[in-house]
Amino acid sequence: MAIADVKEYTHLSEEEVEQLGRELDAIRAEVEESRCDADAAYINRMITVQRGLAAAGRVTLLAGLQSKRTRTPAWIAGAGMLGLAKILENMEIGHNVMHGQWDWMNDPEIHSSNWEWDTAQPAEQWKHSHNYIHHQFTNVLGFDNDIGYGVLRMAREQKWHPVYLGQPVFNALLAGLFQWGVALHDLDLEAIRKGTKDPVEMKRQLRQIARKGRNQVLKDYVVYPALSGRQWKATLKANATANLARNLWAYMIIFCGHFPDGALHFTEEELEDETRAEWYLRQMLGSANFEGGRLLHILSGSLGFQIEHHLFPDLPSNRYPEIAVKVQALCEKYDIPYTTGPLHRQYGQALRTIMKLSLPNSMTSSDKPEPPSPSVDRRRRTDDERPRRRTETGGYYRSQTA
Amino acid sequence: MASSTIAWDRIRDAGSKLTTPLHPDDYLRLLNPLWSQRELRGRVEQVIPETDDAATLVIRPGWGWRYDHRPGQYVGIGVQVNGKFQWRSYSVSSPPRRRGRTISITVRAMPEGKLSAHLVSGLEPGTIVRLALPAGDFVLPDPPPAKMLFLVGGSGITPVMAMVRTMDRRGSMPDVVLHYSSPTPERMIFRDELDRLENAYDELTVHRLHTDTDGMLELADLDTICPDWRERETWACGPGPMLDAISEHFEAAGLEDSLHVERFSLKLGEDGGEGGTITFRTSGRTAEADGATTVLEAGEAAGVGMPFGCRMGICHTCTLTLVDGRIRDLRNGDEFDQPNEQVQTCVTVPVGDCTFDI
Repeated sequence: MAIADVKEYTHLSEEEVEQLGRELDAIRAEVEESRCDADAAYINRMITVQRGLAAAGRVTLLAGLQSKRTRTPAWIAGAGMLGLAKILENMEIGHNVMHGQWDWMNDPEIHSSNWEWDTAQPAEQWKHSHNYIHHQFTNVLGFDNDIGYGVLRMAREQKWHPVYLGQPVFNALLAGLFQWGVALHDLDLEAIRKGTKDPVEMKRQLRQIARKGRNQVLKDYVVYPALSGRQWKATLKANATANLARNLWAYMIIFCGHFPDGALHFTEEELEDETRAEWYLRQMLGSANFEGGRLLHILSGSLGFQIEHHLFPDLPSNRYPEIAVKVQALCEKYDIPYTTGPLHRQYGQALRTIMKLSLPNSMTSSDKPEPPSPSVDRRRRTDDERPRRRTETGGYYRSQTA
Repeated sequence: MASSTIAWDRIRDAGSKLTTPLHPDDYLRLLNPLWSQRELRGRVEQVIPETDDAATLVIRPGWGWRYDHRPGQYVGIGVQVNGKFQWRSYSVSSPPRRRGRTISITVRAMPEGKLSAHLVSGLEPGTIVRLALPAGDFVLPDPPPAKMLFLVGGSGITPVMAMVRTMDRRGSMPDVVLHYSSPTPERMIFRDELDRLENAYDELTVHRLHTDTDGMLELADLDTICPDWRERETWACGPGPMLDAISEHFEAAGLEDSLHVERFSLKLGEDGGEGGTITFRTSGRTAEADGATTVLEAGEAAGVGMPFGCRMGICHTCTLTLVDGRIRDLRNGDEFDQPNEQVQTCVTVPVGDCTFDI
């Protein structure tokens, strides 16, 4: 069931919700004031490790593939290091830097305004589709384009159509080609299909994607293979493997953020007159964490702390573990669900929902607590139709030129 | 030399096909922090104590630095303190050398200045700092005028020292009178070097005034200290009140055209400093803003393509570089006036005139 009003969904009074908001504001203020050398050292170390891995991976492939004796171990090690570097860059570094988590350092080289990440989507388009659309309108049907990414049916409220029978296949394609799916996300294919997209804006976006995508493809599939001489095929395969590994990993982590069973959907009525505290509450009820060790959290860009990330998208990611302790205490105090579980269970629930919702509602049962409300056909909103107001970190702007 | 530099730049540009979306410099700086042109930077090679509260930092700039500053100019220096880059400007005290390897800046620890104290006593050799290109028009003309007068107070000696050293290095000292005020002899930066230069050149006269015992410079005394001051081109650098008095004195004599002044501290507007003219440097536009109009609103009204996001100080999309001037954060009244400060334009208003890099 989609919730029209989070406040009424929970048992909390208006005053209690506002009190919760104040307590969350206090957590934010405390972290903001205590940002220091150690935090700066964390992101700098992460960047050093990531670039070191990327360089080592490339060099291992270029040199190690040349001799027959070292070929197999070099291929495995090179592809592994490269894949790891891409994962770290996209998840813990790129995604978080672009949220502005490190802008406080006043360091122009680690800043949301000019970070460009190692994936096909131009940073500018990501900051619009993710920082603004997804983080401000999290899980609101018809507003948050991340509910199924315009490809999958992820909520029972989304009207069923026979085309969704192909959902298991679309899902597999999306997982394998994730970086290209993300690259096209901000274009809004639905608007293009219906002819409502501004053609000038579409051309500008396509030019940006083409330029960024071309450089990415040239690097991994032309330049490095060419430098490998006779071993070009092995290098090409290793690079493709690294990209595929990153795609699958990023896909899985991201699907664990809002699709496990505890994460709720909302209707647009909720957006009307939503206070800051209610926005906080919507983030908490709409997100799901997963459990794991420090390494797993770093590799997943700290998105195992999805709830904390959605409450404070622009606080440094290395602080999420300590914030999580406080947020859990608040959830207990106010008796609000805090959705978490092991990674395999969280992803398993998301995958099961994908499979189930390929069928009409009448043939499946709901896994959410309440029975489904009537189906509504919801289209994507344009920016003009969206309320422009508080966005808890969502930096985006359109450059004047392409 | 020049052609090999261009070839090297070409190689690095070609290398960006391998490192896209990053630049090869982003990897090279892992080998040596100075091997990057992404941002100007330098390594502190030496910290030389000058007095109890002042020190000269010898900095080796990295790639992209040209040693062609004009004597008297200042550079911006950015130091990471508690994770955050803090920027200040200091005069370069070393003379320009085309084949130089280092630049020197001389810093005095100010009583309220956390950063200057950190620079004087807390900076280890080896620290990487950021640099901004030399700027300022308080410079030695080339060739220098035949008769010069320098009126300096305290650490105002630093840009003047760059000029005197330049003339010394060229071995051609014109007729120079230097009046140097300092609270005590011990606090006089470059005291020994000035003694040596004064002995070496008949053309150089140095007047020392110790203001703790002998009081401030009375400009009426200028007629006895330097009777021909009206014929000299004059450079003045020091505390604000001293410069105000000198400016008034020269204006009264109708000589303001022969006076060059360098101020260390920002002068606030007469009305307490709310609102002002905002200059958007790259787009070449200006806007008038009162104390309630944010920089973002003013820029949009002037037709500047301002980046924006939430418009309430959360998302940091609107962040721009404050090149010059002072702004106030409407949320808490904090004021920011560091050159190169990154500020959120949607929640800040100008306090006096300011310039943004957009």
